[in-house]
Amino acid sequence: MSLPPLEDLVACSQCDTLHNAMTLSEGETAACRQCGTPLMTSRSSALARVLSLALTSVVLMIAAISFPFLDLDVQGRQSGTSVIGAVLAFQSSWGFPLAIAVAGFIIILPLTRLIALIYAIGPLTRGAKPRRYARQAFALAERLRPWSMVEIFMVGVTVALIKVAGLATVTIGPAFWAFAALVVITVLKDQLICRYSIWEELDTARA
Amino acid sequence: MTTAREAGLVACRRCGQVEVISAPHCQRCGSALQSRDERSLQKVWAWLIAGMIVYIPANLYPMLITRSLGHTSDSTIFGGVVELVELGSYDIAFVVFFASVVIPIGKFIAIIYLAISVQRRSILNMHQRHKLYEVIEFIGRWSMIDVFVVAILSALVQLDSIATINPGIAAVSFALSVLFTMLAAQSFDPRLIWDASRNTE
Repeated sequence: MSLPPLEDLVACSQCDTLHNAMTLSEGETAACRQCGTPLMTSRSSALARVLSLALTSVVLMIAAISFPFLDLDVQGRQSGTSVIGAVLAFQSSWGFPLAIAVAGFIIILPLTRLIALIYAIGPLTRGAKPRRYARQAFALAERLRPWSMVEIFMVGVTVALIKVAGLATVTIGPAFWAFAALVVITVLKDQLICRYSIWEELDTARA
Repeated sequence: MTTAREAGLVACRRCGQVEVISAPHCQRCGSALQSRDERSLQKVWAWLIAGMIVYIPANLYPMLITRSLGHTSDSTIFGGVVELVELGSYDIAFVVFFASVVIPIGKFIAIIYLAISVQRRSILNMHQRHKLYEVIEFIGRWSMIDVFVVAILSALVQLDSIATINPGIAAVSFALSVLFTMLAAQSFDPRLIWDASRNTE
């Protein structure tokens, strides 16, 4: 069997079935014939949108960290927390690893992922050559995807609010809304990212 | 349909690049290439067993320690769900029950089933098993909800004499359990599902 050049082949990451790469028109998606996993979407102007959403996310993340998150009022006694406060809540002896995990899942890893993504695709949107280590940065951003848990944190916040609602008056601070917006933007951004075409662009831009 | 392996090629799982089967690294993204992850199942079992072990203390010990007007009460994962039902928030109770009990246990069973099924014949066809794999990979992270609830409650409710909430040791073991089972799911090489069915055909 004679094979086309390697650049023209795509193998499904889930089931290893080999396909010929096609040029897709705007809005089209190619999926694996065997298992249905999406292989590629049209390599389009999506990059610029991904970049702007990523930049927006960074701004929202900074706002979410710095403003007050929730305030509690029970019979005149007040207590409040910021996102950092939620991270530092585990001060008791064995709570330390948990504090690191929470900090990682809701602040450090999401931020690292955003910065790596912006670093990797920033120059591509201007049609410039990729930066040094752009590939490593993009690979890192992709690897961190399941470990960035801002949306799960927000569901946790909702549950916590319901648990304390009967006990006290809760005031929602600006950081809460910043975080909620961050969740929506993250979902939009992740839907726009096409792994395959970004790798292609990092490749062609190099040559 | 030909697989990359049958064609003497190897696919990069990270970026989709195809290389000759002897290539050690992907030329495009630099990640290590393996036609099949030979030690995939070993890693899956190791992480899974670790995850199941730490899930036991996660259920037995308190998740939250509430000190209110002088008396202290502990609540476990299940106790937290019961508490929500008593408050009348059935929907939220269901979400927490689903995230902290149904997902972890369902995930243990599903991963065990997948790991065994790639070595023997299976009742479910490969499409169903592949779907199962996608579902556990997607849903596993959502178990973290309860850990975040504990984090927020213990940060928020610090009103000295009136009420304080502190995390219990179960929060740590539960977080570890979610972490380990996520790693178990990630170590699984889904191409093994398809190989197993191709071989029996």
